[in-house]
Amino acid sequence: MKLPRSAVIVGGNRTPFVKAGGAYAQASNLDLLTAALDGLAARFGLAGRRLDEVAGGAVLKHSADFNLTREAVLGSALDPTTPAVDLQQACGTGLETVLYVANKIALGQADSGIGAGVDSASDAPITVTDGLRRALLAANRAKTLPQRLEALARIRPHHLLPIAPQVVEPRTGLSMGEHQAATTASWGITRAAQDELALTSHQNLAAAWDAGFFDDLVTAYHGVTRDGLLRADTSAEKLAALKPVFGGAEGTMTAGNSTALTDGAAAVLLAEQSWAKANGLPALARIVDAQVAAIDHTSGDDLLLAPAHAVARLLERQGMQLGDFAFYEIHEAFAGTVLATLAAWESAQFCSDRLGLAKPLGSIERAKLNVHGSSLAAGHPFAATGGRIVASLAKTLHTEGSGARGLVSICAAGGQGVVAILEAV
Amino acid sequence: MSVLEQLLYSAPGQLVAEKLGLPEPEVLRRGRKLPAGAVVTAALAGSTLATDTLALLGVPIDSALRDDGAEPPAYPERIGALVIDARGLRQLVELEGLRAVLRPAMKGLEASGRVVVLADAEVEGLEANAVRQGLDGINRTVGKELRHGATSNLIYCSPSITGAELASTMSFLLEGRSAFVDGQSWTVGSPLTPPGELATRPLLDRIVVVTGSARGIGARIAGVAARDGAKVVCVDVPAAGEALAAVANRLGGTALQLDITAAEAGERIAAHVASRYGEQARIHGLVHNAGITRDKLLANTDAARWGQVIEVNLAAQLRINPVLLDGRPGGLGDDARIVSIASTSGIAGNRGQANYAASKAGVVGLVRAFAAEVAERGITVNAVAPGFIETDMTAKIPFVQREVFRRTNSLGQGGDPIDVAETIGYFLDPASAGVSGQVIRVCGQNLVGA
Ligand SMILES: NC(=O)c1ccc[n+]([C@@H]2O[C@H](COP(=O)([O-])OP(=O)(O)OC[C@H]3O[C@@H](n4cnc5c(N)ncnc54)[C@H](O)[C@@H]3O)[C@@H](O)[C@H]2O)c1
Repeated sequence: MKLPRSAVIVGGNRTPFVKAGGAYAQASNLDLLTAALDGLAARFGLAGRRLDEVAGGAVLKHSADFNLTREAVLGSALDPTTPAVDLQQACGTGLETVLYVANKIALGQADSGIGAGVDSASDAPITVTDGLRRALLAANRAKTLPQRLEALARIRPHHLLPIAPQVVEPRTGLSMGEHQAATTASWGITRAAQDELALTSHQNLAAAWDAGFFDDLVTAYHGVTRDGLLRADTSAEKLAALKPVFGGAEGTMTAGNSTALTDGAAAVLLAEQSWAKANGLPALARIVDAQVAAIDHTSGDDLLLAPAHAVARLLERQGMQLGDFAFYEIHEAFAGTVLATLAAWESAQFCSDRLGLAKPLGSIERAKLNVHGSSLAAGHPFAATGGRIVASLAKTLHTEGSGARGLVSICAAGGQGVVAILEAV
Repeated sequence: MSVLEQLLYSAPGQLVAEKLGLPEPEVLRRGRKLPAGAVVTAALAGSTLATDTLALLGVPIDSALRDDGAEPPAYPERIGALVIDARGLRQLVELEGLRAVLRPAMKGLEASGRVVVLADAEVEGLEANAVRQGLDGINRTVGKELRHGATSNLIYCSPSITGAELASTMSFLLEGRSAFVDGQSWTVGSPLTPPGELATRPLLDRIVVVTGSARGIGARIAGVAARDGAKVVCVDVPAAGEALAAVANRLGGTALQLDITAAEAGERIAAHVASRYGEQARIHGLVHNAGITRDKLLANTDAARWGQVIEVNLAAQLRINPVLLDGRPGGLGDDARIVSIASTSGIAGNRGQANYAASKAGVVGLVRAFAAEVAERGITVNAVAPGFIETDMTAKIPFVQREVFRRTNSLGQGGDPIDVAETIGYFLDPASAGVSGQVIRVCGQNLVGA
């Protein structure tokens, strides 16, 4: 469906991403998200201006941060009468917030807005054990002091151990890495291919930094001026020397070809195209369409291949081919995820059995993939990744020239995937 | 602040400082504020320029007292400023007129009061030239003799100048904006295009680009431009982005993360302006403030230290200016204002700063030549040469040396970044069309670089 109004990406801003527990160890989700909004406001002169809505989210979130995005807006340079909403769809969050705002703009419910995401694995909420929680709740309900003491007396030493959040699928008990390890193995993805993809990611990201590509996409934070996980000097040899971390001793997945826990925030400014023009704002690319899909990993589907399904449905709806894009952004949760996705698109069997297509989606030119690096090199602060990708891709497409299209593919926990098409204005 | 410094500026420390003969620095009158006392004038050779200009400013005036009789007269109340119109003076004997009006004023001037002398920029004949320069000697001496933050400055006026053309200069000199400008002289001419009207927000809706504005003097320049109504584009290196964003947001401007030494820096500034403020938008003010020091004695200076300083402080602006002047969207408009930052170290030379002095003296040379080149487009080019200004840059100087720098000027204190910013604001003013090719030292009449 072609709507009369176009949601365009005006630009973006993010903090440099750093390893969890590093330079941002003392920064909260709120601090990081506020910083991302402030950098965006400064870049586009939004200080004191009211936008129609800011959508944001975090995957690891304290219950006290129930209104995280609204609080970030209040702490930012934006006009305090800018409303905000929190959204969450695991690693799809960042892209979903962008789509939420874009859809409102397309429908005429908004003229301008920000899609944002943040995650601080350093600021992750630590929960208490169920035993401790029950005892505390009982003590709280108690009417008298003896009753209260009795409730508290039920606490046992093992109740006091904190529980840190884990990246584990609740229904399978497997970590995301273990899920991917199974996928990587079943698709026959080699260690060498994964390491090569990781190396390219670092090389592309380093080259982009050196070329000043991020000068108008990133704002320094807490003295950090570049992505902290980037290893510009890594090599095939160094990556090959790393020990497997998933898939057992024979596994092919290492810390080098899997993303690390990361802290960071990203924000994308969106506007109705003519509104942007009238307000002296640039337009980089428009959001053409998007699709979310889910698979059933509880009955054996590959956990992180839902985006392949989403892409098939999206292309079908748009009457497009997989080869119709100038650039592809496939989120590098793991090198194996990207390679399995590419393999799935090429596989006649997968495309026919799982996607119901007469012929495979086909292959893409690798030179068009993640051209400015992706999550393996930049890091992956869960909800911030979508914003990073959208802003970078929009800029890349705009430089390529009007009409250039890009495809974004992001996998998420719970067997979900979000994909979107952008087109340079 | 170092321990020694804290000591000196603490209450008991003040006592020690007095004993050491270090007077407590006067708190200077600053901002868009006229003197409290009366503005008195003396036209020594019948020129009406001073009275015309003050009338335009709406400043009421009285006649200056003259020391003509046996007893020198005394002002019954402190006066705020003495404006001496010395245009038309050609003979040495006429200098006596200055003495006669200055004598009562030296004691009668209020704290942060002003002496302003107007003189002819162009004179003919040997005696007239001697008189012309003699006035500068008087001005500098008055600056040194005045106490309590009062200043003296001399304006050389072109022959056909009108009150309207001088108004922005007179307003700047009388107001607190010129607090740290002392003992200086510069020339105001008759521009080809008429000057803009005086206004309290002279830069309203105009675009002003300030490089190096994440902190220090640059942040204050952006602040003054915003106060005066400008839409500010704050430029600094990406590494300073967090502070830059805070400045831009506070001032309602935009931030452009850019290393001005990048090859396409000029293009990127124009592209930013055009994309944020529209294809028709033009830059009114371009302030080349970004600067670095890499101090070492020449004996220890390598090519890298040498080159870096010249690149940032001088070469970058030489590349950026022509790009922004070529008529492209987001470039400099007609009647634009270009301002650079020189330094008293550049004018005087400074031990350990050969590279910096080269770049800053170079700025002076550039400004003078450039002003002539763009005059017919109504564009002005000027520079300020700050003396000792309290910033992160000068906080790096060892304390004792720093204290010496602070004290060795007529105002007995370091300048505030706002003082440099206000002087730049005066250059940026559309009403300052007649001020071009000038270098104003903002140094409290520092002994260095006279
Ligand atoms: N502080 C003084 O007493 C004094 C005296 C004379 C002249 N100055 C001059 O005044 C100007 C400002 O000085 P300050 O004391 O505020 O210094 P500062 O060091 O506090 O600020 C200078 C700013 O320029 C920026 N900058 C440096 N290189 C840059 C580049 N390549 N591209 C973009 N931005 C860059 C820096 O990041 C910094 O934010 C400088 O030109 C300096 O030489 C200062």
